[in-house]
Amino acid sequence: MTQLKYKDTVYTVPDGSSVLDTLLDNGEDIPNSCRAGACQTCLMQATHGKVPAAAQNGLKDTHKAKNFFLACSCVPQDDMEVCLPDVEKLKFAATVTEKNKLSDNVIELKLKTDEPLKYYAGQFVTLWRDDVLGRNYSLASLPHVDDELIFHIRLIENGQFTGWVADELKVGDRLHVQEPVGDCFYTQGNPEQSIQLIGTGTGLAPLFGILRDALQSGHTGEIHLFHGGLDASGLYLHDMLTHLAEHNSNFYYHPCVVHANEGMASNIIEADLLEIVSQTVSSPAGWKSYLCGDPEIVKKLRKQIFMAGSSMNDIYSDPFVYS
Amino acid sequence: MASLYERLGGEAAVDAAVDIFYRKVLADDRVNGFFDDVDMEAQAAKQKGFLTMVFGGPNNYTGKDMREGHKHLVERGLDDSHVDAIVELLGATLKELGVGDADIQEVADLANSVRDDVLNR
Repeated sequence: MTQLKYKDTVYTVPDGSSVLDTLLDNGEDIPNSCRAGACQTCLMQATHGKVPAAAQNGLKDTHKAKNFFLACSCVPQDDMEVCLPDVEKLKFAATVTEKNKLSDNVIELKLKTDEPLKYYAGQFVTLWRDDVLGRNYSLASLPHVDDELIFHIRLIENGQFTGWVADELKVGDRLHVQEPVGDCFYTQGNPEQSIQLIGTGTGLAPLFGILRDALQSGHTGEIHLFHGGLDASGLYLHDMLTHLAEHNSNFYYHPCVVHANEGMASNIIEADLLEIVSQTVSSPAGWKSYLCGDPEIVKKLRKQIFMAGSSMNDIYSDPFVYS
Repeated sequence: MASLYERLGGEAAVDAAVDIFYRKVLADDRVNGFFDDVDMEAQAAKQKGFLTMVFGGPNNYTGKDMREGHKHLVERGLDDSHVDAIVELLGATLKELGVGDADIQEVADLANSVRDDVLNR
């Protein structure tokens, strides 16, 4: 068993326990969200003691050098002394500039940061209501084109953060954005490669950013976007994407629902998303695939696409975990 | 004479083999049950480590790693028949990549050298 010093107290870490669990079990308030090493909400800094390599997976080299680590993935091997990082240096103050309803349960939120934020369309950030409550959202906006950061926020019943966004947050309010992470974004240099973008629900947000980035960059290969929803009301960018497909000869939009609605648009297919994907792109070898949304569906898609011949390295998915 | 790892083509060969090998493993009902609930991306990285080792390349595996890494699978019934299947799929992968029989045998020997550690005995 190892000792863990936080603030002025020394705690004993039970064998196999993480820094995060140890501190939470002792009543300390440590920001956290996915608890799976993906979202980086529980970023901490070690002031003494060795940081296990596994606790730094996915961190930038500059952060590793400063002994930053993810508390949820850190099972101490030696005694450690840790603190919360000076997050003010990682966070960017922002103002709400627009809040629109995209559907019954999706809100489009636009933010302008005081200082410009460097990011790739499709990456994700943590939005902070205050020092303790933060949630991950993917960027649907395009740097250099959009003046603001754009997010699609799905309202979750009794959701602490989404409830606040829906009921209290208004234009002009301030909040904080933590620097963008993730490698689910469009990369230059292969304009002829075929791309498939597949998502459910607000998993569409990063895909929409990646799509616009590809089109903007003059991508000439085929781009297929599959969006799955329970019913037509979940296809919250249907009209815009239909319009984009009509005006870009290499872009194909495949809206797909579990339950058909009376009078829904004629291009919407009532079918299983996985089946539509495998029928449309039956041999994805050489394609690049981006998968976002429901973790179970993403997992099945990843396997299906890999087994159909795609290289694992050509399959990107949002490591985002809903909480 | 070049080492086995060099003859096979080094890291590039491992990269070429990992997708083919992992696809065979997931398609094979004898062994795919052990891979049902794993994170595919993390697993692909592990497969790469495994292939590097059996190709005779640089690795830091210890018998202890092998034991601990497979302990939970042995509890779920992992036995010699599954190791045999993996060695077979490894051979089929290499054959597909145009590797000769003598080198395939050498890879199989390396894979078999960790059998007892993998099976925790």
